[in-house]
Amino acid sequence: MAEYHMTTPLSDEDVSKLQAGDIVYLSGTIYTARDAAHKRLVDLIEKGEQLPFDLKGSVIYFVGPTPPKPGEPIGSAGPTTSYRMDSYSPILIEHGQKGMIGKGKRNQAVKDACKKYKAVYFGATGGAGALIAKSIKKAEVIAYPELGPEAIRRLEVENFPVTVINDTHGNDLYEMGRAKYEVKD
Amino acid sequence: MREIAYDDLVKSVKAMVMHTASHLPEDALKAIEEAYRNEKSEVAKSVLKQILDNAHLAAEEDRPLCQDTGLAVFFVKVGEDVKVTGGSIRDAINQATEEAYKEGFLRASTCDCFDRHNLKDEVGYNLPAIIHFDLVPGDRIEIEYAAKGGGSENVSRATVLAPAQGKEGIKNFVKQVISDAGPNPCPPIIVGIGIGGTFEVAAKSSKHALFREAGTPNPDPELDAFEKEIKEELNKLGIGAMGMGGTQTVLAVHIEKNPCHIASLPVSVNVQCHSSRHSHITL
Repeated sequence: MAEYHMTTPLSDEDVSKLQAGDIVYLSGTIYTARDAAHKRLVDLIEKGEQLPFDLKGSVIYFVGPTPPKPGEPIGSAGPTTSYRMDSYSPILIEHGQKGMIGKGKRNQAVKDACKKYKAVYFGATGGAGALIAKSIKKAEVIAYPELGPEAIRRLEVENFPVTVINDTHGNDLYEMGRAKYEVKD
Repeated sequence: MREIAYDDLVKSVKAMVMHTASHLPEDALKAIEEAYRNEKSEVAKSVLKQILDNAHLAAEEDRPLCQDTGLAVFFVKVGEDVKVTGGSIRDAINQATEEAYKEGFLRASTCDCFDRHNLKDEVGYNLPAIIHFDLVPGDRIEIEYAAKGGGSENVSRATVLAPAQGKEGIKNFVKQVISDAGPNPCPPIIVGIGIGGTFEVAAKSSKHALFREAGTPNPDPELDAFEKEIKEELNKLGIGAMGMGGTQTVLAVHIEKNPCHIASLPVSVNVQCHSSRHSHITL
């Protein structure tokens, strides 16, 4: 497995070279969204309306951070479980999204979309919210403030550590890793 | 009748709730350190290292360990010879929870089941707390607390087996639950198993089992052996830290057993993520 430093927005070339198991340090702008925000984004796409940010080359982080302490950009900010976004992610990927950051398994439709439209699913370490927050330098709510922790935020990140779970070649680190260490009686 | 002032109760519970959000207890830390030492996969080892670094950073800087600061879950044993003056125990715990979550910059995570709107403004900030009361002899109030995240709760399951399925059936059910859960509950996990009672007793026991210190033996030798057997089986699944493959999936298995109906064998599995934030006080 390889290590890369990448800056958003990500291109087809960027994501195509990644393999499940690779470690990537992401820098640049990423956006936060959970289920409620995803639903709204997909509704906008279906109505042909403009999204609150440019999907092309974008990376979306599935996170609902704790409130920031005074003077800090964000509170603890680890990934939430990704399957809740499975019904929305393929549509966003079709419209240009290149990366997702979360934790936990994705369904086949998401994996197929990653392959077909060239996108990757990154895993961040769940429950490492204090540590991950250190790589988030700026945070600004850009849409749906009424959703509270689920609002869409624009984050400026530096060397945000993630691992490639699903790559553009159809590989799945969860399946590969487990197959390697499973002990069958 | 011994008396405890309402305000004192609020103060003690609030301090416990705030502290627990940022300080991983010793038992969980030790269990994760042990998993780190034993893990064979380099990828999983680096994940465990991040988890330990996060725990140290959170404690040093008093930051929430995880952004999912959980629903506040309490098991409260109230002595029959103690009385809280100036308000109810339930109100005191709810007030303490709300104040701790607000002042500690923790996340309000309670919402309506259907339209999913956050209840912080109408019910209270991260309210209601989940409180299980028990009446016991004595003049003390014993409060066990855990901040329970959603990811590990989502993979928890309960069933009622046929008595003939016995211990083998229980083991298979637990294995299926943890196998299906895979990376989702943030392994390495602690597995709470409630056996027997009625349907809801099994579920409640599986939750309470998670409050035991990880690494302590079950006082019942038969259950202790069963816990070890199940742990070994589960670690064969190869899920590993954050599901990336590895030998250390389960930090501990805790079982609580109750007498049950002659026709039934209720079993419940409650999963706890590695961020096992729990604490207790006796007043």
